[in-house]
Amino acid sequence: MSAAYDVVVAGAGIVGAACARTLAERGLKTALIDAGVVGGGATAAGMGHIVAMDDSPAQLALTSYSQRLWRELAPKLPDDVEFDACGTLWIASDDEEMAEVRRKRGVYASAGVASEILSAEMLAVEEPHLRPMAGALLVPGDAVLYPPCAAAWLTREAVRMGAKVLAPKRVTALGRERVKLEDGSELHAGRIVNACGADAAQLTPELPIRKRRGHLVITDRYPGFVRHQLVELGYLKSAHSVATDSVAFNVQPRRTGQLLIGSSREFGAEDATINHALLSAMVARTQAYLPEIGDLHAIRVWTGFRAATPDKLPLIGPWPEDESVFLATGHEGLGITTSLATAQLLASTILGEATEIDATPYFPARYAQTEGYTNGKASTADVPAAEKSHA
Amino acid sequence: MPETVRSIVLTINGAVATVAPGTTVAAAVAMAAAATRTSASGEPRGPLCGMGICFECRVTIDGVPHQRSCQILCAPGQRVTTAESGARGRR
Amino acid sequence: MTERFDILVVGAGPAGAAAAACAAESGRSVGLVDDNPSAGGQIWRSGGHLPEQAQTWLARLQGSTVTRLQGWRVVDCPAPQVLRAEKTGGTERDGYCADFGYKTLILATGARERFLPFPGWTLPNVMGAGGLDAMVRGGLPVAGKRIVVAGTGPLLLAVAAHLAERGAQIAAVCEQAGMARLVRFATRLMSEPGKLWQGAGYSMRMGPGRLKMGCWPVAARGDDRLRVVTLRQGAKQRDVECDYLGCGFHLVPNTEMPAMLGCQLADGFVVTDAMMRTTVTQVYCAGEPTGIGGVDLSLLEGQIAGFAAAGHVAQAQELARRRETRLGFVRALEQVCALDPQLRKLAAEETIVCRCEDVRFGALRHRANWREAKLHTRCGMGPCQGRICGAATEFLFGWGADSVRPPVFPARVSSLANLPGGSADADTRFVAAGALSEHSKETA
Repeated sequence: MSAAYDVVVAGAGIVGAACARTLAERGLKTALIDAGVVGGGATAAGMGHIVAMDDSPAQLALTSYSQRLWRELAPKLPDDVEFDACGTLWIASDDEEMAEVRRKRGVYASAGVASEILSAEMLAVEEPHLRPMAGALLVPGDAVLYPPCAAAWLTREAVRMGAKVLAPKRVTALGRERVKLEDGSELHAGRIVNACGADAAQLTPELPIRKRRGHLVITDRYPGFVRHQLVELGYLKSAHSVATDSVAFNVQPRRTGQLLIGSSREFGAEDATINHALLSAMVARTQAYLPEIGDLHAIRVWTGFRAATPDKLPLIGPWPEDESVFLATGHEGLGITTSLATAQLLASTILGEATEIDATPYFPARYAQTEGYTNGKASTADVPAAEKSHA
Repeated sequence: MPETVRSIVLTINGAVATVAPGTTVAAAVAMAAAATRTSASGEPRGPLCGMGICFECRVTIDGVPHQRSCQILCAPGQRVTTAESGARGRR
Repeated sequence: MTERFDILVVGAGPAGAAAAACAAESGRSVGLVDDNPSAGGQIWRSGGHLPEQAQTWLARLQGSTVTRLQGWRVVDCPAPQVLRAEKTGGTERDGYCADFGYKTLILATGARERFLPFPGWTLPNVMGAGGLDAMVRGGLPVAGKRIVVAGTGPLLLAVAAHLAERGAQIAAVCEQAGMARLVRFATRLMSEPGKLWQGAGYSMRMGPGRLKMGCWPVAARGDDRLRVVTLRQGAKQRDVECDYLGCGFHLVPNTEMPAMLGCQLADGFVVTDAMMRTTVTQVYCAGEPTGIGGVDLSLLEGQIAGFAAAGHVAQAQELARRRETRLGFVRALEQVCALDPQLRKLAAEETIVCRCEDVRFGALRHRANWREAKLHTRCGMGPCQGRICGAATEFLFGWGADSVRPPVFPARVSSLANLPGGSADADTRFVAAGALSEHSKETA
């Protein structure tokens, strides 16, 4: 059996679902394929934080663009997506971090992202359960949502606009305008989008993607215990240090009143088991900021895998090794945020149209092995030489 | 439990309740004719399993929310409040 | 800093009590951890008359060297051969959480009732049959109350008899199994030393005509609590006014802890050999998690596991031969309690299936599997971790269970790290082992 599409999107995580929706909306005959449940991979494992991040200018451009797209979409989102414009508070624990708050505010302002500095007193009023802190940067445009239902809604929208969903169907190979499925069938498509997250390299070998495992804890319902997504300013340092395992204080209030507690990052851990040493460090870090959180009841702890690239930017656009293959992966911890922007950049690139922000920093060409494609903009040199292993 | 203790006095939603030693908080709440909690969609709920599995019997005891009242015995001076609806956090 | 035992037993019901007593009598250091206020499990729950068999075993446990960690709930396995437990209902600032090390583990985690959703089953005073019995043993007075007991399995008659003893008016006992099936089982039962189902005696005490076969509740109605139950038997339907409905559809094993430790399951039960060894080295399992067989079989399995774990193989083998002859009973019980397919039609579109997250039948009916239901509706994502709705959806939709994630029961956030509560102290501290066992031993 064989079917022809303009585009086949492999992977119905939030990125693949967003791409399918936008491609269908732009009039392309689209299929979306997933081996399991829509939004059941890293999408289900993640926090669902819509956040403007400024680790690099390209990251800030993409996240702030996408944050805006989410805000525009918010009125259309169904209730089960649990969109909550609670904003992010970047917490400064000392004067040095307050200096960083001021710097960060300037950077955000230059990208058109609104933010507001909170003094220690103002922060204590906003978040009374926090240990006394130096202050914080409030980013009111940031938000929180429930990712699996967001992916499911994007998928329903794609279907409404004519896309076809094939799930559960496992893709075994893709390329040269063909997608092979485990059941032996084959699909034909002029363009194929690999949106398989941390598993993307299984279908497109040589992708510079590594799995970066994270742990999350969810609690029972404690409405009002925290009111904003709380992230330590040290997060930038710890979360973005590529080579080492790390934890950072990162707590999210769900609209249900539940709290999500993160975060940890580790390389070299390929299974879903809990690393209790890292979990302990994560909880200790959380209690250092929110002492009373220790008394709340945790319902579940789980792990998930982020698709990490060496330069911490996603891979969005054509894959130089195969004219029919496009990538939409490598979003690491920002896939929920950047899914909508990814879809816009990808669709415009496929259709040869202008993009709203410069798409070139995310082009996979920066990692291509083929002579002439390597643009030298990023190298793989900062990949850690030795992987840490965890029992 | 010393022989001399014949009854235990606690409060349920501010009202004084007197129960026999060995009474679970869930039973004391049921005797006071109160639902234990309010569900996510606002229904009153009472205990179901009686063995700490179903979480329907959650109440706030001495300010600590989400306690499984079927597995906790009444104690003198305990303050029990019911109808927690995803109860307000710590205070 | 962890308290260590040669043998740690989880669950102080018949299987766990027997395992702990036998292992301790063999000279091993034994810890028995259980989350209820007192030993005995569900079937030998205190707060009422206990059968002689229960008194004998609990006295034997009492007289043993077993360190009884009563009121401690196992929540996690933070390292190989270590279980982490929390003090239930503890409000003290210290001693919330402790780690217990072991060389050998015996899991006797028991079973819970299966609940099936029907309109009105979430009303206060609709409980499990065993659930209502537990409430009564916990001090709920039922003298003069009208009660309907319903569902399936030997528990129903035992509960009805106990409630009648306490002065309740038993309006009806409704067994979903038809008479023909029960007669076949009763014939088998005659050859068993069936303390499990003293059915004939119970039904006589209740008075004739109260036991309805092939009958079940189709709706419960009330205001802030239950007032009326609608019962259906064949084509007939009638309303019964009552104060309580105790409704449970037999038992499902508590296999979350064995599953978390990696023990292999088959058809929902823990796989063991004749010595009650699971597929995980140095982990045994006894009682209902290996097959629903009642008190006598649980006692046998507990003794086998206790002796085998202590290295007394000959005694274990002797008991294992006796166990072998009783396994047919497990299968017979399973057959008689097999649920009538019509029970799948009890829930209406608006009937809540997941009571933690209030997910309705209509939101679940079209889902492909348990995982999709969980992710897209939150079914099973609340604090019961799917223990109630998981068993229901298994019957309703044929969905299988998901992998078990820690904590095995909801636990305090600080317990995930074994940190002291309410403190910003990042150092990992452990409860002093000596103080702990003094503190937690039962004071009779």
